[in-house]
Amino acid sequence: MSTTNPHAFSRRTFLRTSALAGGGMLVGFNLFTACKDKVQMPVDIASLDFNDFNAFIKIAENGMVTIFSPNPEIGQGVKTAMPMIIAEELDVPWKHVHVAQGILDTKNYTRQVAGGSQSIRQGWDALRQTGATAKQMLINAAAARWGVDPSQCRASEGVITNEKGETLGYGEVVKEAALLEVPEDVSLKDPKDYKIIGTDARNVDIDKIISGQPLFGLDYKTEGMVIASVLRPPAFGQQLESFDDSEVMGMEGVVQVLRFGDFKGGGDKIAVLAKSTWQAMKAKKALRAQWSDGTPLESTKNHDKLLLDLLGGTKMKTLRKDGDVQKAFREADQVVERTYESPFLPHNCMEPMNFYANVTPERVHLVGPIQTPKGTAERVAEQLERKPEEVYLEMTRMGGGFGRRLYGDFVLEAAEISHLAKKPVKVVFSREDDMTAGIYRPAIKYRIKAALKDGKISGYHLKEASINRNMYGLIPNFFPAGALEHYQVDVANYESNITTGAWRAPYTNFLSFAEQSFFDEIAEILDVDPVQMRLDMLQKVKGTTDERIQYSPERMEEVIQLVVEKSGYRNPVEGVYQGFCAYYCHNTHVAEVADVVMENDLPVVKKVTVAVDCGVVVNPLGALNQVEGGVVDGVGHSMYGKLTFRDGVPQVNNYDRYRLIRMKEAPKVETHFVKNTLSPTGLGEPTLPPAGAAVSIALKKATGNRLYKQPFVENLAQREIIG
Amino acid sequence: MPIYTLKINGEDRSVDVSSDTPLLWVLRDYLNLVGTKYGCGVGQCGACNVHVDGNAIQSCLIPAAQMEGKTITTIEGLSEDGDHPVQQAWKEVDVPQCGYCQAGQIMTASSFLAKNPNPTKDQIRSAMHGNICRCASYNRIERAVALAAEKMGE
Repeated sequence: MSTTNPHAFSRRTFLRTSALAGGGMLVGFNLFTACKDKVQMPVDIASLDFNDFNAFIKIAENGMVTIFSPNPEIGQGVKTAMPMIIAEELDVPWKHVHVAQGILDTKNYTRQVAGGSQSIRQGWDALRQTGATAKQMLINAAAARWGVDPSQCRASEGVITNEKGETLGYGEVVKEAALLEVPEDVSLKDPKDYKIIGTDARNVDIDKIISGQPLFGLDYKTEGMVIASVLRPPAFGQQLESFDDSEVMGMEGVVQVLRFGDFKGGGDKIAVLAKSTWQAMKAKKALRAQWSDGTPLESTKNHDKLLLDLLGGTKMKTLRKDGDVQKAFREADQVVERTYESPFLPHNCMEPMNFYANVTPERVHLVGPIQTPKGTAERVAEQLERKPEEVYLEMTRMGGGFGRRLYGDFVLEAAEISHLAKKPVKVVFSREDDMTAGIYRPAIKYRIKAALKDGKISGYHLKEASINRNMYGLIPNFFPAGALEHYQVDVANYESNITTGAWRAPYTNFLSFAEQSFFDEIAEILDVDPVQMRLDMLQKVKGTTDERIQYSPERMEEVIQLVVEKSGYRNPVEGVYQGFCAYYCHNTHVAEVADVVMENDLPVVKKVTVAVDCGVVVNPLGALNQVEGGVVDGVGHSMYGKLTFRDGVPQVNNYDRYRLIRMKEAPKVETHFVKNTLSPTGLGEPTLPPAGAAVSIALKKATGNRLYKQPFVENLAQREIIG
Repeated sequence: MPIYTLKINGEDRSVDVSSDTPLLWVLRDYLNLVGTKYGCGVGQCGACNVHVDGNAIQSCLIPAAQMEGKTITTIEGLSEDGDHPVQQAWKEVDVPQCGYCQAGQIMTASSFLAKNPNPTKDQIRSAMHGNICRCASYNRIERAVALAAEKMGE
């Protein structure tokens, strides 16, 4: 059984094959061009060369398959899952597949981004098409050799068989296959015939990880490379006035001290270059610098007031307005309004920011961990006034990303320092640098106001006040949009000199808690079951003609029912307090139930039951890891995460005073996937936002204390929460 | 700079570094043993854990000068072919996400299990509490330590 792909894009436009000089066949494809609805290649296909493709399959004459995976790997598992999809349709045994990180250079590779949980979702059709097309070409080559029609041949597990039962391995026909026309209409497998998709595949780098082989940016080194430790302004808003390097220059291993930051020979940063990391870090600490105030120095106390003023003010921008919320409030039996507050958060990737740069007259060589290689390389070219094709960027495995490595600030630093010093340089952030020179999750406050009438919510008004940026445009179309006649989302922002950006599940990582906790309180006020209240609200969304609505009420209903069943929510156990949450973001529907128990008068988060609908689960082993990590990360940051500022200075800078969740506090995560054959969606982010919400609701039941502020640990009546 | 001779993974290695250089940076920058990771530099995350005379120690805190005469094992020397029961368990359970902290986790677990081959669940959780995994793969770390204990008992 086969199904044809509903997306009408031409194989010719994103696929090209070639014979390899050393024997074998190379299939090149442009993954991200293929993923767009309308394929537009810049020039005539005949003139394209392999540089226009960003991913490759190599089939050797011995039948071994190498798949070069184009996307950055930050721990989300795409380096394993994306090649699995290709291998499925190519129909080769997974054990014959070797996965390599794509050979990277910014001229040749486009749209390589890890972010937004989109790699699998956007790659699904193109990856399957690519594998199926290559398989068809191999079949065609075998059929030609046998002198039979290709329809009389079939391929499975790397072997082509004809009607007489004769066989040829893929490797035996690659030479001929590589010279054939790229077929236009290939069929895709029926999901029930999958042999690789839906089976467990281990992390492709597992052997290197467990034996400590070099993989990460921090592990990269070249002959003659020096380490740069950078002194940046201690407060956001400060500028460098002067510095004294006399003491530092005499220190062991120190090679050079230079001012930089504006790509013009000046700037507000000082780089200390030394032969080793320890020498560079030690010398940086000995540097003496004078700083002056440029822009106002900001503090959390002021932010709190500014954001609350914004929420209470009239200068808001409306992102979505259905009906008339004011009318709903006027006509309500009761109006409930609550305010929810969250702090700044640093990303705290375990591998601190770092990057290698070697700027020479011939080229700009960059190596390291980055989620956005293309955009970053372009910025480097622009700043150094070099041609884009002179910039050559290689990606390493990343010791975490969480959004921080979307920003190439540290790559620009490395490039500028290498340019000035005329040496190969690696910029290495200390943990303190990493936490204090962040691009943080901004502090955000939400105010939610609901009109209650006849035992139901009749109007809902969500306001957001955020530092720098407001929620992206899709969010106002998440639940409960469409479920309520009177619904409005307004936003306002305050421009700060503290740098902010995306942090795993941007906005929803906190909004989920505010909204879902609010619904739980409303259910309590109305004296209705919170789960039933959600299910009732979803009924109105079914059959909606509003194309802006992002979520599916049916899929949401299904994850709710699944989590209720698996968590035992309807059969409460004495002493176990359960909090329920259902949430949609990043194209994936998730419902979670958190279990909290009291131990020695302290609330302990014991377990989180999760129901997920992400369509086809490509690699269950990797998918479970993402779910477990997302949930525990969500619990940890809502419970403990917090960064405050005083006069522009981040108030903590290392793990002795910044609390991350650890083993004893980590709840057990029990995951249940909805089984269906819908196109897969991402898992890097969507299980995180509901976790904090579910925990807050369980904590309310356990302690009687309703939470409105993160981190929870500071806002519970109890002095401490342990796991 | 003074020369120190350190016994690392069964070999005597001489390094010429200042006396305050932490073992972590001796391993990474001078001996090319980069499996031991830098995470915080203040002994709080465990990413740099190595065995010193069999005990899991944060190598970012101990100066090279104090390491002479000690037996040091890093992740690279834990086993010949990555087949220590803890490494095997890590592989079977497929613990890593980003993978950065895992060498430190494995060194903590292997030292712990050498001393306590039949740990309870609570003992495992306490033993691993000093190692941060930012990807929060704690459920799998716990399972892998328990599985490694089983393997060592076989």
